[in-house]
Amino acid sequence: MRRYLAGRLLQALGVVVFVTTLTFVLIHLAPGDPIGQALQGPNVTEAVRNEWRAAYGLDRPLPEQYLRWVASAARGQFGYSFSQHRPVRDVLAESLPRTLLLSSIAILFSFGLGIGVGLLQAERPRGARDRWLGRVLLLLYSVPDFWLALMVLILFAYRLPLFPAGGLHDSVTYAYMSPTGQLLDRIKHLVLPVLTLTMLSTASIARYQRSALVAVLRTDWMRTALAKGLSWRQAVRQHAFRNALLPTITLFSLTVPTFAAGAIFVEMVFSWPGMGFNTVHAIAARDYPLVTSGVLVSSVIVVITALLADIAVAAADPRVRLS
Amino acid sequence: MTPPLLEIDNLRTWFYTDSGVARSVDGVSMRVDAGETLGVVGESGCGKSVTALSILRLIRAPGRIEPGSAIRFEGKDLLTLAEADIRHVRGNRIAMVFQEPMTALNPVFTVGDQIAEVARIHTDMSRKEAAAKAVEMLRLVGIPDPERRATEYPHQLSGGMRQRIVIAMALVMNPALLIADEPTTALDVTIQAQILELLADLTRRLGTSILLITHDLGVVAENCTRVIVMYAGEVVEEATTSDLFRHAHHPYTEGLLGAMPRVGGHAERLATIPGTVPAPTNWPAGCRFRERCEYAWERCEQEHPPLYQIGEGHVSRCHLAVEPERRANRHVPIAAQVGAGAA
Repeated sequence: MRRYLAGRLLQALGVVVFVTTLTFVLIHLAPGDPIGQALQGPNVTEAVRNEWRAAYGLDRPLPEQYLRWVASAARGQFGYSFSQHRPVRDVLAESLPRTLLLSSIAILFSFGLGIGVGLLQAERPRGARDRWLGRVLLLLYSVPDFWLALMVLILFAYRLPLFPAGGLHDSVTYAYMSPTGQLLDRIKHLVLPVLTLTMLSTASIARYQRSALVAVLRTDWMRTALAKGLSWRQAVRQHAFRNALLPTITLFSLTVPTFAAGAIFVEMVFSWPGMGFNTVHAIAARDYPLVTSGVLVSSVIVVITALLADIAVAAADPRVRLS
Repeated sequence: MTPPLLEIDNLRTWFYTDSGVARSVDGVSMRVDAGETLGVVGESGCGKSVTALSILRLIRAPGRIEPGSAIRFEGKDLLTLAEADIRHVRGNRIAMVFQEPMTALNPVFTVGDQIAEVARIHTDMSRKEAAAKAVEMLRLVGIPDPERRATEYPHQLSGGMRQRIVIAMALVMNPALLIADEPTTALDVTIQAQILELLADLTRRLGTSILLITHDLGVVAENCTRVIVMYAGEVVEEATTSDLFRHAHHPYTEGLLGAMPRVGGHAERLATIPGTVPAPTNWPAGCRFRERCEYAWERCEQEHPPLYQIGEGHVSRCHLAVEPERRANRHVPIAAQVGAGAA
């Protein structure tokens, strides 16, 4: 077990190094640079820009810049954000919790809902309930994420103005609210982005859970469970469910990265200033330190969840645990 | 005379498949008396397993037990019981042992939990009492170090051990009837004998009746008092074991006996029955064994044979019962005539 874990950790480290290196190279290869973006005025001469480039070390060869970045990142120094005019560390410390809040609520809801819906469907495969839920899920599954986010925005913020269109909280009145009022305001702002993310990922989770369960229902030990005197529902919920949950744990680790990507659209549409929102703006501004550090943090999170999921599967499945 | 423990009356279990209605069990009647071991033999696809599953109503769609069938057990018709009441019978009064010990146990629960579950379903035992019961059952079926084994998972045990677990699970509630569906087919020969001995020993001590389904006449000879031979969804012969081995009547039974290796027999090739079982969606008219039979004549084509009484407790679904002189008329069966079936 210890050797297995050490191997997995090494593998995880490799993934993080690969992803951040790739990001570093790609963003530097993109046309333009942070100085060009920041000092765009016609009165600034190219000589002045070059002076600034030299001051930030942007004139050095790419491998040198890369090694310098690695060395400082390893010491926890993420550099200074060109576009936000403050340390990258501050930017991340502010936006990471926002993204974690949004996606953890959405993940909680979508797994709860997805597993539940899959179970309801699998209890009577091909029954009326299974077929109707299946149609709704297929629709949600096929819809593009940005389109769904926009539709939700139009429907519930514009046509039926039940919820605010975006932001973390009300920009004007928030400071004057009571603590309860502030909490309610924050929750109100969370509703639409969470709803969108939940709808998007519930579909694939439920479809996955349903097929995992249906496959399990045909096994011999399900017949044994029934022959013992369990009702169909008990057999499904006690015997089949636990077995069908194993692939879903793996799905969880696969969902986290897609969440980070899917969250970019949702954060953009609902102006939620989290990691995705920040990264998009940082890329536009060629804010090298912010982009690379943002990717570094996200890839570490993804790799850690994958690792945790593997450990969870091993804990839940006795066959994996012992081999 | 005491009524039989189990009485199956005209059981018809049909499967409504895309390629037609498969009449897998087509009018089967049999009885199991208290304390006896009844053997049911036949080739794969003859309907013996479906009969077993029908008793506990474990037939799933597209299968259906047709109206007009009845399965009486301890004074009740199992087929008309409410869902909650049949569950009270399953695992409690009638238990099952399945063919594949490798797949009959849930891989993610310990064997102790799986045995204890039966007690938890049918009694109000606490978790702890049920766990103790599970250990006791493991000891009963001869598993060494039962306390430790109870905490192990199915994949940690050998096939023979798993089958002992399945038997332990079946006997928790001390059922009146044990249905064993090919309990030793998937096991090594030496383990087979052990498992059968264990079953015989336990059920004798507990007074359990057994419905033993098998395709192995050797197993029948050693374990059963009475035998039912099934073919193509029907009972074709029923007799006491000694009667059957000495005076088999139905040509199919004769074929099965001829296909059995014997110690001390001549070292000739084993006899085989030519052809295969017809498809259950399309049983032939007349006698269903006709095309594979060495004696078949016109009557077998025209008239579906009833179960004729041959002797006391001995019936056979063969027209030879009324035209015994035809037995002298052996010929090559249609199924064995080269090119005959091709047209």
